[in-house]
Amino acid sequence: MKKCDKVISVKDLTKKFGNFTAVDHITFDVQKGEIFGFLGANGAGKTTAMKMLCGLSRPSSGSATVANYDISTQGEEVKRHIGYMSQKFSLYEGLRVDENIKLFSTIYGMTDDMIKSASDRLYKSLNMEGMKKTLVKDLPVGWKQKLAFAVSTIHNPEVVFLDEPTGGVDPVTRRKFWELIYKASEEGMTVFVTTHYLDEAEYCNRVSIMVDGKISALDSPKALKEKFNVATMDEVFRIVAKDAIRED
Amino acid sequence: MAILGSLIKKEVLHIVRDPRTMVITILMPVVLLLLFGFAISTEVNDVRIAAVVDRHTDETRNLLEKIRVNHYFTFLGLTSENEVEYLLRSGKADAILILRTDETRLKGEIVADASNPTNAQSVATYIMGVINNGVSSSPVLTYTLYNPQMKSSYNFVPGIMGMIFILICAIMTSVSIVREKENGTMNLLLVSPIKPATIILGKLIPYFLLSCIILLIMMLISYTLLGLPVSVTIIDVVLVSLLYIVLSLSFGLLVSTIADSQLTALIGSAVILMLPVIMLSGMIFPIDNMPVFLQFISCVIPARWYIEAMRKLMIQQLDFSFIYQEIIILFSMTILLMSLSICKFYSSQKK
Amino acid sequence: MDCAVKIDNLSKLYGKKEALSNIDLKVEKGEMFGIIGPDGAGKSTLYKIMATLLLPDSGKASIFGLDTVRDYRKLREKIGYMPERFSLYQDLTVAENLNFFASLFGVKIKDSYDLIAPVFSQLEKFPNRKAGALSGGMKQKLALSCALIHRPAILLLDEPTTGVDAISRNEFWEMLSKLRERDITILVSTSYMDEANRCERIAMINKGRILEVGTPQNLVSRIGENLFNAVGENMFRLLSELRVMPEIEDCYTFGSTLHIVAKKGFNPARAKLELEEKGLKGISIYPAKGDIEDLFIKLTRNEEM
Repeated sequence: MKKCDKVISVKDLTKKFGNFTAVDHITFDVQKGEIFGFLGANGAGKTTAMKMLCGLSRPSSGSATVANYDISTQGEEVKRHIGYMSQKFSLYEGLRVDENIKLFSTIYGMTDDMIKSASDRLYKSLNMEGMKKTLVKDLPVGWKQKLAFAVSTIHNPEVVFLDEPTGGVDPVTRRKFWELIYKASEEGMTVFVTTHYLDEAEYCNRVSIMVDGKISALDSPKALKEKFNVATMDEVFRIVAKDAIRED
Repeated sequence: MAILGSLIKKEVLHIVRDPRTMVITILMPVVLLLLFGFAISTEVNDVRIAAVVDRHTDETRNLLEKIRVNHYFTFLGLTSENEVEYLLRSGKADAILILRTDETRLKGEIVADASNPTNAQSVATYIMGVINNGVSSSPVLTYTLYNPQMKSSYNFVPGIMGMIFILICAIMTSVSIVREKENGTMNLLLVSPIKPATIILGKLIPYFLLSCIILLIMMLISYTLLGLPVSVTIIDVVLVSLLYIVLSLSFGLLVSTIADSQLTALIGSAVILMLPVIMLSGMIFPIDNMPVFLQFISCVIPARWYIEAMRKLMIQQLDFSFIYQEIIILFSMTILLMSLSICKFYSSQKK
Repeated sequence: MDCAVKIDNLSKLYGKKEALSNIDLKVEKGEMFGIIGPDGAGKSTLYKIMATLLLPDSGKASIFGLDTVRDYRKLREKIGYMPERFSLYQDLTVAENLNFFASLFGVKIKDSYDLIAPVFSQLEKFPNRKAGALSGGMKQKLALSCALIHRPAILLLDEPTTGVDAISRNEFWEMLSKLRERDITILVSTSYMDEANRCERIAMINKGRILEVGTPQNLVSRIGENLFNAVGENMFRLLSELRVMPEIEDCYTFGSTLHIVAKKGFNPARAKLELEEKGLKGISIYPAKGDIEDLFIKLTRNEEM
């Protein structure tokens, strides 16, 4: 089953808005269980590309499959097989922990039995049994994040998209969050993540850097650093993205 | 002054740059006036009427002729008494006039379709009017003054004006202030050396001007298309409306000091203002028919007094001296609301 | 009087929640001072109090000797405040926004032009672009220009670089150092710990309390922990194996390596052997230099985040 190993496969994916080419013929594959860092300056086209991969926006040309479903024709199937979490919105603050879990698992079409076993597993693994009835807004930041990640992966998706999941979060919580990502990837989940923290790019198996709608660099952090002969991903990013001409 | 000027200019730019809202604010009064004026109307046109006459006399002929020529009626012709129920039931006629001549006295009976009671009542009143006009011996004379044809479009103009101003002024002012709170620009204004009073004026003046435009449009429609009688009371109408606009603006200011989000401001103004205005101001339901408790509540609704004053000025064509009570109440309400909202604005500045 | 900002025992409650508790802080005139802490640490509350927008519950704050509560009117002319979120009129153009803020303070753009030029020059190309249509980096430049228009003596910048990409962040900091040369005191807050090194002095803040104040170098040198780097082929397994070692106080990811906070008696060579026995490959453990993040982690280690 060689085909199954590519959880995301993108070929010449392009999105145009009028005369403006937001995403310009990008091509890449993401392997099963990989942590794939998707970097780029503001306005480079990251968000547009991610929206297409999540089945929220149709490409102008080119093709891509996510979890073996075609994003242009099987958008609904794609949505069923992915998880999504962003810093801005991930949980309903006014609902309790258990209500959030119930809500999201129902949205993903899980049966009551599945929800029961999945949420029991979730409480146990996150050590949150005592917090079931807490309102999400009263949880400390670190717990909120853990919960948001757990909820976005409750239906056991093939791939989870994380859109700047750690913005503004303190260093300790950020690190704990990345350990969750590591763990999920060990268990075979594919992680597709964007971030503004370039030290976090080091944690990824492979990193792509988008500049002006194109992918300008794609390799493991180690290889990229060697290629540009620098010590950190921060420097790599600056070298690659400095020629960007586009303002969004 | 220069600061106030640039605040106003900025606000005008906001309004102009948001064409959708502007179109709605201008269009809403126009649509409402035309809708109530022409489409939704409680006045009765085209009453289909048949008659049963047991003995034809000069009197009955005279009467039927009157009905035939009256353009409010469509005379279906003569019918027999046992057809009456069928005609009404099948909806072929709205009313049947039964005329009996007993010796020399003419007795009239009106049978009307009261599946719509308001209609039936109006129809009956019409017919009575026509009959009584012709029957000299009739003891009762009904005159409907000020609005002799009972045109409902007249009646609705004050109500709609009362609703539109409080809605548009209050909602637009409160939303525009709260939007600045939401976007954080209010903080920048407050951090600058301008006085809070200037900020308030910078908000109120542009929306006052916008309301004046709306007032102009509404009056144009009322006095031309809807045919409201033109007289010197127009000046009073304008003056009272301006007072009411200021009152509505203060209401918006007050809402903005309480609400934190544009949504709260919108729902707040709509629920607090719109429902009571529609239900309790006498715009639709006569205040005298309300339970005493609700009558008391209606006293604190500014729209009630405005609408009453407008009715007196626009429909009854009375002069200023008849609306002192309303003016005094509206004026005190304005002062109260204005000072309350300014106090709130100052105190909400610092938490 | 050399003190630009002086904060004494300042506290602020939101309901029962303590947003700031007993903050003491001094910022010298002409300093580039950083307030470093994660979201929810109380940075914005502190800024609002300094910007005279919020009243403290207890304690006091003064800027150039002017009390933020009593002398707020005089103070408002001296401060340039840039709030956390982009707070300009999105439906007005670049030029309209700038003109508007100039008129609020009763100044002319050309009188302050020399000051805003390094910031504003890139925006001049499109004066008629709506502010809402600008990119993140450009928005920040416009906001900074508007905050500078009345030649404030102190800039209060609340998280100016949040959500902005690394390149624009870099540019922004370079602009700030140019302003710093014009003798403007700059207070800047950020949740990016790596930006601490751009400041002359920093205060680290968490949960409404100040953890440490000092120059970044000084603070880092005071970490006083026995830090090591560790790398291996499977970093995640390495991390979990290191965590359970008794001689290790803490271990966490740090860019491309792991940082080990070692207790006394930790022997890198012995640890390496031990790990290799467990089947881990490519292990290398060597001394590490700490930075601000290490310090923050140390200072908050015993708190539930």
